[in-house]
Amino acid sequence: MNGTVMEAEDVRRALTRIAHEILERDKGVADVVLVGIADRGDDLARRLSAEIDRIEGAELPVGVLDITFYRDDIGMRAEAPEVHETRIPFDVSGKTVVLVDDVLFTGRTIRSAMDALIDLGRPRKIQLAVLVDRGHRELPIRADFVGKNVPTNRADDVRVLIAEVDGQDGVVVEGARR
Amino acid sequence: MNEHVLSMHDLSAEDVTRILDTAESFREVGTRVIKKVPALRGRTVVNFFLENSTRTRISFELAAKRLSADVINFSASGSSVAKGESLKDTALTLQAMGADAIVIRHSSSGSPLQLTKWVDAHVLNAGDGTHEHPTQALLDLYTMREKLHRLEGLRVAIVGDVLHSRVARSLSFGLVQMGADVTLVGPPTLIPPDAPAWGVHVSYDIDGVLPKLDVCYMLRVQKERQRLEYFPSVREYARFFGLTRARVGLMPDEALIMHPGPMNRGVEIDSDVADLPSSVIEEQVTNGIAIRMALLYLLLGATKEEAS
Repeated sequence: MNGTVMEAEDVRRALTRIAHEILERDKGVADVVLVGIADRGDDLARRLSAEIDRIEGAELPVGVLDITFYRDDIGMRAEAPEVHETRIPFDVSGKTVVLVDDVLFTGRTIRSAMDALIDLGRPRKIQLAVLVDRGHRELPIRADFVGKNVPTNRADDVRVLIAEVDGQDGVVVEGARR
Repeated sequence: MNEHVLSMHDLSAEDVTRILDTAESFREVGTRVIKKVPALRGRTVVNFFLENSTRTRISFELAAKRLSADVINFSASGSSVAKGESLKDTALTLQAMGADAIVIRHSSSGSPLQLTKWVDAHVLNAGDGTHEHPTQALLDLYTMREKLHRLEGLRVAIVGDVLHSRVARSLSFGLVQMGADVTLVGPPTLIPPDAPAWGVHVSYDIDGVLPKLDVCYMLRVQKERQRLEYFPSVREYARFFGLTRARVGLMPDEALIMHPGPMNRGVEIDSDVADLPSSVIEEQVTNGIAIRMALLYLLLGATKEEAS
């Protein structure tokens, strides 16, 4: 697979569906918060929050989580991984936290994110929403809400484009001849 | 980034910005209930302090612990150094015990550089003689940037015993590197003769400098390093160069008052001045932990092979 796998319209529809699924699964918005994983996951979390507001007329709190300090590969690269901002302006204890990320791949980022989150409090539940699930898991982790399952080669490069950062929405798969 | 942190001269403007940006994330960690992240689990940091220090040692210790590193504190008294072991043999012992980073404070200028020639560990200079104190300079730059939102073009006076001050040297180099406008102020006997070559201005008249400042940085009168000929008496020094309430009145309202600590209240800074809202001395201490976390993270978070 090579080229565009999701157009801007596909991204919009996927986010709308995930918003509905979150409302259905969590039976409304009481005690539900969205936490996006920097970077891009936080933009998607804000989109989901806006979408849920449109459907349900209730705004969910949105936080952004940087997982760098919880990575399992610190000290294994030439440069220390770049650090982003963490800003979670609410207490996660007792909440249903929906982690939001752009791509689910090995699962290592999500493992780090769960550790980071648990250091911030004791959520009642942690759920996972991703725009793309590209397979190749290395840990026993699965997503609760998936925009699109995209079969990929391990060496493929899957890039999620977000209007806020990249000027347009879309998902592109590149590289890896097969 | 370099493999070690020895001198502000080793850091480019880009390096400084990266360190300050990284420290911002660690400031956030310091506001959490659990002020600890697992980034440097299993690493060992040795605090090798051969000169007295409270705040710098504790700050480094907290920084390493908040990164989940193991910390060994080692000071001169009651150690093998007191029994006459050489610096080299002590360093090799620390190395043999598997230190990943050595934070050194020493009364001899240049000793951290010397240490890098003996050990493989990352070396961080926590103050060497009258030479440099780069982590203090970085936390000061962080505090100025945080409060005034820029470094370029900032007008900073560094007031006091510049001659003996490693803080003044490191901070001057760092500020000049970042495009700030630095004036050293003090009695002529305590301004180093080569100061103009640092790219700074020199003044002997604090009252003429204060009205045009964004930051007034007071240095401690280092009584332990004073000989009689530098100035006639501490009281006279306080009269001519101490930051009094009246002198604060000459400064622009939004200007900051800074001091690296420990303060001699009533000598270089009046007691009520130190407690003014424009005095950010406590913030400097809090920011010091974040800066030291950032440095340990950036040094130990990379592979050793590629770094050298």
